[in-house]
Amino acid sequence: MGPISIDRVRGTAGLYGALVVRGFRRYATYRAATVAGAFTNTVFGVIIAYTYLALWETRPDLGGYGVAQALTFAWVAQALIAPVGLFGGFIIDDLSERVRTGAAAIDLHRPVSLLGLRLAEDVGRAAYHLLARGLPPMVVGAVLFDLAWPSQLSTWVLFALSVALAVVVGFGLRYLLGLLAYWIIDVQGPAWVLVVLQLFFSGMMLPLVVFPDWLRTVADLLPFRCLIQIPIDVLLSEDTGTAVAPLIGVQLLWIGFLLGAGGALTRFAVRKVVVQGG
Amino acid sequence: MSAIIEVDDLRRTFVVRRRRSRLRRDRHEVHAVDGVSFEIGGGEAVGYIGPNGAGKSTTVKMLTGILVPTGGRLRVAGLDPSARRTELARHIGVVFGQRTGLWWDLPLRDSYELLGRIYRVPRRTYDVNLERLVDLLDLGPLLEQPVRQLSLGQRMRGDIAAALLHDPRILYLDEPTIGLDVVSKAKLRQFLRELNAERNTTILLTTHDLVDIEQVCRRVMVIDHGRLVFDGGFEQLHREGGARRTVVVDLAAPCDPLDVPGVTVSRIDGARQWLSLPAGASAAPVVAALGRRDDLVDLSIQEPAIEDVITSLYSR
Amino acid sequence: MVDAVRGFAIIAGAWVRSALSYRTSFVIGTLVQLVITFLDFAAIIIMFGHIEAFGGFSISQIALLYAMSGFALGAADMLVGNAEALGRRIRDGSFDQMLIRPVPALAQVAADRFALRRIGRIAQSGVVLTWAISAAPIDWSVARVVVLAGAMACGAVIFCAVFVMGGAFQVFAGDAAEVANAFTYGGNTLTQYPLTIYPSELVKGVTFIVPIAFVNWYPGLFVLGMDDPFGLPGWLQFASPVAAVAFVVVAAAFWRTAIRHYRSTGS
Repeated sequence: MGPISIDRVRGTAGLYGALVVRGFRRYATYRAATVAGAFTNTVFGVIIAYTYLALWETRPDLGGYGVAQALTFAWVAQALIAPVGLFGGFIIDDLSERVRTGAAAIDLHRPVSLLGLRLAEDVGRAAYHLLARGLPPMVVGAVLFDLAWPSQLSTWVLFALSVALAVVVGFGLRYLLGLLAYWIIDVQGPAWVLVVLQLFFSGMMLPLVVFPDWLRTVADLLPFRCLIQIPIDVLLSEDTGTAVAPLIGVQLLWIGFLLGAGGALTRFAVRKVVVQGG
Repeated sequence: MSAIIEVDDLRRTFVVRRRRSRLRRDRHEVHAVDGVSFEIGGGEAVGYIGPNGAGKSTTVKMLTGILVPTGGRLRVAGLDPSARRTELARHIGVVFGQRTGLWWDLPLRDSYELLGRIYRVPRRTYDVNLERLVDLLDLGPLLEQPVRQLSLGQRMRGDIAAALLHDPRILYLDEPTIGLDVVSKAKLRQFLRELNAERNTTILLTTHDLVDIEQVCRRVMVIDHGRLVFDGGFEQLHREGGARRTVVVDLAAPCDPLDVPGVTVSRIDGARQWLSLPAGASAAPVVAALGRRDDLVDLSIQEPAIEDVITSLYSR
Repeated sequence: MVDAVRGFAIIAGAWVRSALSYRTSFVIGTLVQLVITFLDFAAIIIMFGHIEAFGGFSISQIALLYAMSGFALGAADMLVGNAEALGRRIRDGSFDQMLIRPVPALAQVAADRFALRRIGRIAQSGVVLTWAISAAPIDWSVARVVVLAGAMACGAVIFCAVFVMGGAFQVFAGDAAEVANAFTYGGNTLTQYPLTIYPSELVKGVTFIVPIAFVNWYPGLFVLGMDDPFGLPGWLQFASPVAAVAFVVVAAAFWRTAIRHYRSTGS
């Protein structure tokens, strides 16, 4: 590995850029599945919206949310499900499949980090899912209900940033789980556990603000809040300074931890493959 | 010998939609099976051959009830396959070369148990059949292994046993020797020969390997572009098709065209000569004659390509 | 019909035996199912930490609705949930293999990869139901017991019909299989809550179009001794069997159409 040069930086950026596009394109071919997914998200959005409507009409200002905020939460959560990979899949399935077919060994011998490659692809995928599966339910939700939109542009920008960070956190979690396939081959069981934790502690089933204190404390210690609760908190925050910075900070911290662990685990996997020959 | 399979003007058309541009789509019809008629008597071993896409698999799918014909009349064991699929299923066994009929994660023995019960094979018959098939197909050491761990050849043998457990009257084999090595192919062909001879099982063998048919069947049907272009014996096929086998001979040095009985020299290139003989003829005397020469370096035998046979049939 | 049940039992039995041979994996899988399904109810419990009544129903009353719906979905998922995989079976060629065997197609598709661990959801619903029965203010009578038991059976049948239709849909829509989830799991989620929280158009939709309201809502009203909040006629509360039969007829027809379509186009 020689000294860093402009060319190499440009080359690497080009590589990752191409991977992002590839991830986007790959999932864009599943047109029917995407439409089906958007439909399902919309149906669930409707059901959950009415549930929250009933809940907040009985207890206005529950958890600091007004009715509009609660409804916004419901719909944005649905939109984020696919991009952040709340139900697992994607990289988990990819890695499991490659371990099963034996192609995984080749992955680790490439000169570019497996984690980096896969992250780039997942970002592309998330972008596609955000547009194709996220937007339609949002539009339906906005039409059927009165949602709470930020008044300032800066809030939108920060929200976009938070969503991007949420995608990376989601990737980090799924990547670690997928890597487990190198050791335990069948990751179906642990994958379920991850999905269960993600569903509950991300705020998707019920906003974390509604949780009893002790459970809220537990949730705050876990990474899953980065996936749904934090981005929506950013969106719903009225001011953009003091309330938002710590939230973004939490996401960054978890990204550092998860990707660091992912990198370390990848190195272990390389060692394992070298020793065992895949 | 009454006909167990009666096919009369069988037709199967597919509608294929192709995307011409972003908005326009082309719709045209493919006649996969275009008026095929034949009868197969009980106990016959028939080969069904043709190039890829000729309509072989489509015919078999209609015979087994998977696909419904678009026209014509079809009776297998007296039943209409599309209307009485489950009834017919008891009398037939099917082996698909590309896909297995066994359960992937279960041990081989469990698959057989399962099939035995599904087909309501009486216990004693099941035990006798299983033992016989395991013996004939060398499945003993494989019985406890999950099917996914078997090699292609092993799985093929396993599939054949599975198809025969319930003593079907008809056995369909769709490309059974694809991917098998020479030894496995020979053993499989012998098994089928004996099956037909001893148990009088009607066999319909779909393949594009001529030697499969040569070794197993006495009758061959050739299909091309959905139409039957030949239906008869093997010698007749080669005669009418004008097919030739070629013995490629490498000599120590270029020499005059070799003079071997029953053979014409079709081509010479330096020390290599191509000797052509009729497809139905044995190459053994030719090889023996060549072997007596002391300038023989190497020889190989090329079989007639089915495409050549069919082309010559078609063009007659 | 006999062929179908017998074939189903034989094939499903083989899968169960195979799963039980990996005992630990099976136990973990079932426990995970239990926990996943419990999360739904955990959300309800958390909600009731803040309120006394939801949609006019107390937590024990909602627990009854929840358990009836969960049981119905769990039973249907275990029995014919795999019908949803018809698309995959067609794509990997195993459906053709099924058509060669002397067992009706639906029985084979449903029994393929039968997952006994799905009993986890049924068990969890049973636990919640037991609590609901003891905690809810129900004026028990023979009629109420009959209606409850009948509703649970009919509910399972209705969700079975939804799964079968989801499977049939895949012959036509392939990749779009996930749509079925909107009706199965969506239907379950929707009926976990009293229908009073939804607009009346939606309630009419799940009464007359996709009759999942008959899984638990209408019979539940009778068991709980409540009047229909939408003012719909009282006989609906006994109509679960009618809804189940009608919906099954529709689903069976759709399934047959789908199979006929597959056998006519080979794809």
